[in-house]
Amino acid sequence: MKESSPLNLYKFLPQTNCGECGEQTCMAFAAGLIARERTIDECKPLFEEKNQKKYAKKLASLKEVIAPEVALVYVGTGDNQLKVGGEDVMYRHQMTFFNKPPFAYDVSDAMNEADLVERVKLIDTWRKFYIGNWEQVEMVAVRSVTGDPAKFAACVKKVVENTAKPLILCSFDPKVLKAGLEVCAEKRPLIYAATKENWKEVAQLAYDYKVPVTLRVPFDLDGLKGMAQTFSEMGLKDLVLDPGTAPNGEKLQESLQNFIKLRRAATEEGQKDFNYPVMALPINAWMTTKDPVRAAYWESVLSATFVIRGADIMIKHSMEPHSVMPDMHLRFNIYTDPRTPVQVKPGLNKVGNPTEDSPIFLTTNFALTYYTVESDLASNNIDSYLLAVNTDGIGVQASVAGGQITPSKIKDAFAEAGVDFEKTSHKSFILPGMAAKFSGELEDLYQFKVKALVGPEDSGRIPGWMEKQWPPKK
Amino acid sequence: MGEKLNISDLNKKLAEMDVKSLEGVTIEGDIELEIDTGAGGVGPLFAYYFGEEVAKVAVQLVNMAKAFGYPVESLLQPVAVAQAISPAPAELAKAAPEVPAFKIPDTLKSAKFAVGTDKTWKTQIQEVQLGATKAEGGSRGHVIKIGGEKAMPFFYDAAMPNRPVVTIDVFDMPIGMAKAVKMHYEDVMSDPADWAKKAVKEFGADLVTTHLISTDPLIKDTPAKEAVKVVEDVLQAVDVPIVIGGSGNPEKDVEVLSKASEVAQGERALIASASLNLDWEAIGKSCAANNNVCLAWTQLEINAQKELDRKLMKVAGVPRDSIVMDPTTAALAYGMDFAYTNMERIRLGGLKGDEELNFPMSSGTTNAWGVREAWMVNSPNKDDSSWGDRMLRGPIWEILTGFSLAMAGVDIFMMMNPIAVAYLQEITQSLMGLVKAETPDTTNWISMEV
Repeated sequence: MKESSPLNLYKFLPQTNCGECGEQTCMAFAAGLIARERTIDECKPLFEEKNQKKYAKKLASLKEVIAPEVALVYVGTGDNQLKVGGEDVMYRHQMTFFNKPPFAYDVSDAMNEADLVERVKLIDTWRKFYIGNWEQVEMVAVRSVTGDPAKFAACVKKVVENTAKPLILCSFDPKVLKAGLEVCAEKRPLIYAATKENWKEVAQLAYDYKVPVTLRVPFDLDGLKGMAQTFSEMGLKDLVLDPGTAPNGEKLQESLQNFIKLRRAATEEGQKDFNYPVMALPINAWMTTKDPVRAAYWESVLSATFVIRGADIMIKHSMEPHSVMPDMHLRFNIYTDPRTPVQVKPGLNKVGNPTEDSPIFLTTNFALTYYTVESDLASNNIDSYLLAVNTDGIGVQASVAGGQITPSKIKDAFAEAGVDFEKTSHKSFILPGMAAKFSGELEDLYQFKVKALVGPEDSGRIPGWMEKQWPPKK
Repeated sequence: MGEKLNISDLNKKLAEMDVKSLEGVTIEGDIELEIDTGAGGVGPLFAYYFGEEVAKVAVQLVNMAKAFGYPVESLLQPVAVAQAISPAPAELAKAAPEVPAFKIPDTLKSAKFAVGTDKTWKTQIQEVQLGATKAEGGSRGHVIKIGGEKAMPFFYDAAMPNRPVVTIDVFDMPIGMAKAVKMHYEDVMSDPADWAKKAVKEFGADLVTTHLISTDPLIKDTPAKEAVKVVEDVLQAVDVPIVIGGSGNPEKDVEVLSKASEVAQGERALIASASLNLDWEAIGKSCAANNNVCLAWTQLEINAQKELDRKLMKVAGVPRDSIVMDPTTAALAYGMDFAYTNMERIRLGGLKGDEELNFPMSSGTTNAWGVREAWMVNSPNKDDSSWGDRMLRGPIWEILTGFSLAMAGVDIFMMMNPIAVAYLQEITQSLMGLVKAETPDTTNWISMEV
């Protein structure tokens, strides 16, 4: 959607201010649509049978206006359904990037069953806690290495037995793809890929099994556009584009430029006839070297390249922590909504089941810091209180330097949260190590009735600190 | 034996077949079909003529369908006749018109894809020279130019005139650092000159940064006059352009950096840094007076960056070609999104003509090592999947922190881990088309063995 004025969406709404959507007025709902906080299906009257005649035209126009600039394709079903594409902007500060490109990690039909199951389980269960949530892998890509339809079908079957995550079925042989679809078509996998050689058969499969399909025409955007138009005219609109990912050399430069061109054509130039989501293949890094560390590093570098500039979905290989972790964090950072400050509500929170003997920690209300400290306390079973001091969402080190956190602000925050140190057995609280210099001034402010203990500089070291320093000596 | 059939008969037959929509339709015409079903079956000649007659009927039926408003054209691609002679006409007549059958064309469409450049990018980023040769009044073996871009990094709109460069950190005293970094410098940590040499010769540093951290009153409080001797040593030890940093103490840095600027007179050294929290005017003036380059450091705030750049130019008299910006590097997983977007906005602003923002940018990429994921042995969160080997995890943290900011517009990276330095140089130069590697044939990537 390019539209930024609620007024221009308002004209397509019923304008009855019925309130069914929860907003007071249709204008407020229009503003919600602009902010992407509301979706049109929340305007019930627009979709009611009896209103069809009245609103059909408005609804059609509205749908057209609010359609994302990069088409949105759904892969998978139910709780595991993924949104691929749906982006509106070239640069994240212009609004936000909406749907983080799913990472599909590969398995192959040449793997023996034990290795296959182990890898699928690794992909399925991988997780890392970050800013109050679990980061996880979204998809599994099944590669046909043997070329044997029966082996592929057996492999796909094993995979779906061990994970509910959506699949990408990868083969250039329509017979192999069909064998895979026979196993899991109802889970709406993405098939990969139609090429200039097999496109007729693959189009038929996409039609017969009602699944989204990837079009692969590497390093030829004219050819890719021609294929996309051909599929679109057949009525196959759930398309993903593979413009080619060269893993190194001058061709890599061309690959990135193609991604930039496709994203720009869709978001800045509004080329509606060729605005499908785009797939990158960082896995190709593994074709450049036999050294697994080098390959994993290079795969991470390629992932970063395409996460930042224009990929909507990608197929990857390295499940080593030294690649999954940084790749996940990079994607998270790039897809964080810059419109919402990453803050938590200031105030006192309980971790576990604290008592009067439990330690009282404090940190800032920068969400990243807060959740990190909270998870370090919780996962180490430290029953405690944690005070989030309002620093306008700035972290400890920066807010100590910038004055957003000061001894008197800390004292005020405890008072506001209703903390009465007289009711604790230890009459103390624990400062972040980065704010150590406030310790003396705080004890002055409390007239030495409360101890300001200095905690570690990284909350990951709180368990070790607790062993040595808690409870405080009288 | 023969049976005569004309169109009105056909109409009747269709009516018998319960094709209600055709009832009451009269077709004018006198096509006769003579079907000879003599003994011996259907001869080829007969079949041919029969086909012809049926086709004629089909044309009539098609016209009829058109009259009903059915989009017949969609059926008339190559196999129109076949469509018409099958029992389909009756079926199709029944079908709802909005669901045309799925049909695969014979050939792929040919298309032309075109996309423009960004016409709002009208202003070039200032090119800044670091280092000066003997002929230019310095003592460096060569100079390095950064900036000069006319487009976002690696975009096809305009080639980047200068590649991103790396300056490796050297400290004037041994300091604590992550194990994956320390292992590379343990042998040289007590001698900044050796440290600088190793950085250049073994680790491919384009420049070296000498951080005079011992000057911090809370560390050793080394007097400025004494501390700057290390700068002289480093200038002797290596002939690449240099960067000089202070301790971060806002009072002491003014004195230390001004003195260092004097010692490096004419070298076009990058002096790190002037900020709004200290006497930027003194540092700026010292850079201008000694032909050095001033690093303008602000904290993730685009308007503060504009203010500082403006003041350095207008008040301290620093020439446009002697300013580099450090808008602050928040590391991967620790606010990188703020740093990334702040830098991307600054670069876009510069390209669009904001003359307070169109300077090259620097990143303190070493900040990556402050993130727990870069150095901690295990996750403090027991429910996390394994964090693996930190010796492998750390370098990639520095690579991705630097590289994402390269995508946002950074021109010079302050780094430490030599592996990270090599990867950052390789990927940025690859994306500029400067690395002539043999690209593997990825046609059959699906069946690769890994």
